[in-house]
Amino acid sequence: MSEAPLLEINNLTVQFPSVHGWLTVVDQVSLTVWRNEIVCVVGESGSGKSVTVQAAVGLSQAKGARVLNGSVRFQGQELVGMSIRQLNRIRGADIGFIFQEPMSSLNPAYTVGEQIAEVVRRHKGAGRDAAWKRAVEMLDRVGIASAATRVKDYPHQFSGGMRQRVMMAMALACEPKLLIADEPTTALDVTIQARMLELLVEFQRDSHMSVLFITHDLGVVAKIASRVVVMYGAQVVEQAPVVTLFRAPRHPYTAGLLEAMPQVALERGHDPVAIPGVVAQAHAWPRGCRFNPRCTLRQDGPCTTDAIPLTSYGDALSRCVLTGTLTAGLARAEAAP
Amino acid sequence: MSVTTASFIDPAAAPLPPPSSFWSRFRRNPVAMTSLLILIAITLTAIFAPEIAPHNPMRSSLRAVLKSPNAMYWLGTDDLGRDVASRLIFASRLSLIASIQALSIALIIGLPLGLISGYAGGWTDIVITRINDAIMSFPALILAVVIVGLMGPSLTNAMTAIGIVYAPRIMRVVRGSTLSVREEVYIMAARATGCSDTRIIVHHVLPNIVGPLLVQSTVLLGHALLAEAGLSFLGLGAQPPQASWGAMLGQAFPYMAQSPVPTIAAGMIISVTVLCFNLLGDGLRDSVGRVRRAGE
Repeated sequence: MSEAPLLEINNLTVQFPSVHGWLTVVDQVSLTVWRNEIVCVVGESGSGKSVTVQAAVGLSQAKGARVLNGSVRFQGQELVGMSIRQLNRIRGADIGFIFQEPMSSLNPAYTVGEQIAEVVRRHKGAGRDAAWKRAVEMLDRVGIASAATRVKDYPHQFSGGMRQRVMMAMALACEPKLLIADEPTTALDVTIQARMLELLVEFQRDSHMSVLFITHDLGVVAKIASRVVVMYGAQVVEQAPVVTLFRAPRHPYTAGLLEAMPQVALERGHDPVAIPGVVAQAHAWPRGCRFNPRCTLRQDGPCTTDAIPLTSYGDALSRCVLTGTLTAGLARAEAAP
Repeated sequence: MSVTTASFIDPAAAPLPPPSSFWSRFRRNPVAMTSLLILIAITLTAIFAPEIAPHNPMRSSLRAVLKSPNAMYWLGTDDLGRDVASRLIFASRLSLIASIQALSIALIIGLPLGLISGYAGGWTDIVITRINDAIMSFPALILAVVIVGLMGPSLTNAMTAIGIVYAPRIMRVVRGSTLSVREEVYIMAARATGCSDTRIIVHHVLPNIVGPLLVQSTVLLGHALLAEAGLSFLGLGAQPPQASWGAMLGQAFPYMAQSPVPTIAAGMIISVTVLCFNLLGDGLRDSVGRVRRAGE
């Protein structure tokens, strides 16, 4: 980790216009992706995880969002405020993107081969034939049988899982240094999901690229991540290496997410426990800790007055005033099975 | 008997699922198919007019003025003794070309504006849409009459005017379709692979709005034909000795008491053609809608 980070998001704040004025949907988010690692961003719907990564490469801005402040450095280059022309040279070439909806992420008007080849031609300057060959090769690599004929098929001729493979082939066709995967497995059933993850990890290992993986499935995180960033209410609430996070979560929200996992609950000998309540809306965050209305450990006063800073605890970061006591408690619980 | 039973069980012989491609759906629509065939027939007539027409449409014969239909003159003759059938056949050229001309102008103006308006949104959209609404609030034919009045009566001017008047209709359809396509994930995916806005509009939005655009264009072709007939009837379009269906109607109309056939024939051919364009448009609209598969 002596070299510079591949992607460094620093204090990124993103706002969307709404009837309530500009809503802050990403609040001072910082995260770092080093070369050759898989970082997972977890959080429930509306926590700002998708917007964070989309804003980082300028995609949210096209939908009306504005970046209030913060910086996004990719290979040392500042992406915030970069011209669209320059961004377009990076997007698709050095940064690949996979979206959540495999059913609608492919253009119905073109064959999958045309879509993959288009990206290759534009970024690699490849000729028509070379790009087409590359499309076939990529389809084959993502595990689509008889790729040479399937490459001429339209998206509607593929199933959901197949389309996600096509998306993957497209995102990886230019050998990006960073792959941003925005819940790529959420819409797929479990067996296909597992195969997709294997494929992703395989690609990552072969090409030494980095992956920024967004998900709300901690099971997926456990399988692939090296580091985890937990988001809640537009903020990062915890950041830790995957082992630390699963063994000793520093934030009550993370602890709650783990308790809600069937696998974890089963190991600890109880039924999965849901976190009560729902996420507050972006125009009405509670005072103090944004998680406080749903937190079982809430203490009136420290948790409900001032905003809580993100504080470092060993190799992890947590945004909770009780982190010290919480980890002690969890350690006790683990010691006495 | 057992063979028949076996063939029922054989999955290869099972009835095919309902067709889902555009053409197979369109083909099953008898009204639209009939309209298409009639329009093809009219187009072929226009193309091969010199071969089909029994007489020279321009040659007048003062000895055969306002003749009733007979073996020599199928639809009789007009007030200058010209063969009405031949003139109708040749007039189909002018009428169709004029309609296509008007549609082209409407497309040239309306398509880019609609794409830009729908894709850009914001102030660009508001300004373009307001101007569009203002133009659309005028009755089309009256606005066309005003424009022709300013530019002087000729068929080209008339069709330019109609093209301008109909451009907002194209623009509105294109904008609406673009608005919905713009929100599709594949547009964001295209952006994520480094496509510029221009490229996204031309390569990713346009191919996906062709359906509604085709439907609107077909219907507008009918409207343009009717508008051309109207303007020519009023003497603002095709100028003598040119023959368009509207001009022929206008010319035959004063002599309706002596010789009703030319008036009726010109009126009929206009009505049938416009009706066919409209029905074809309806059929296309029913066929181009993307059928979503179960679970999609």
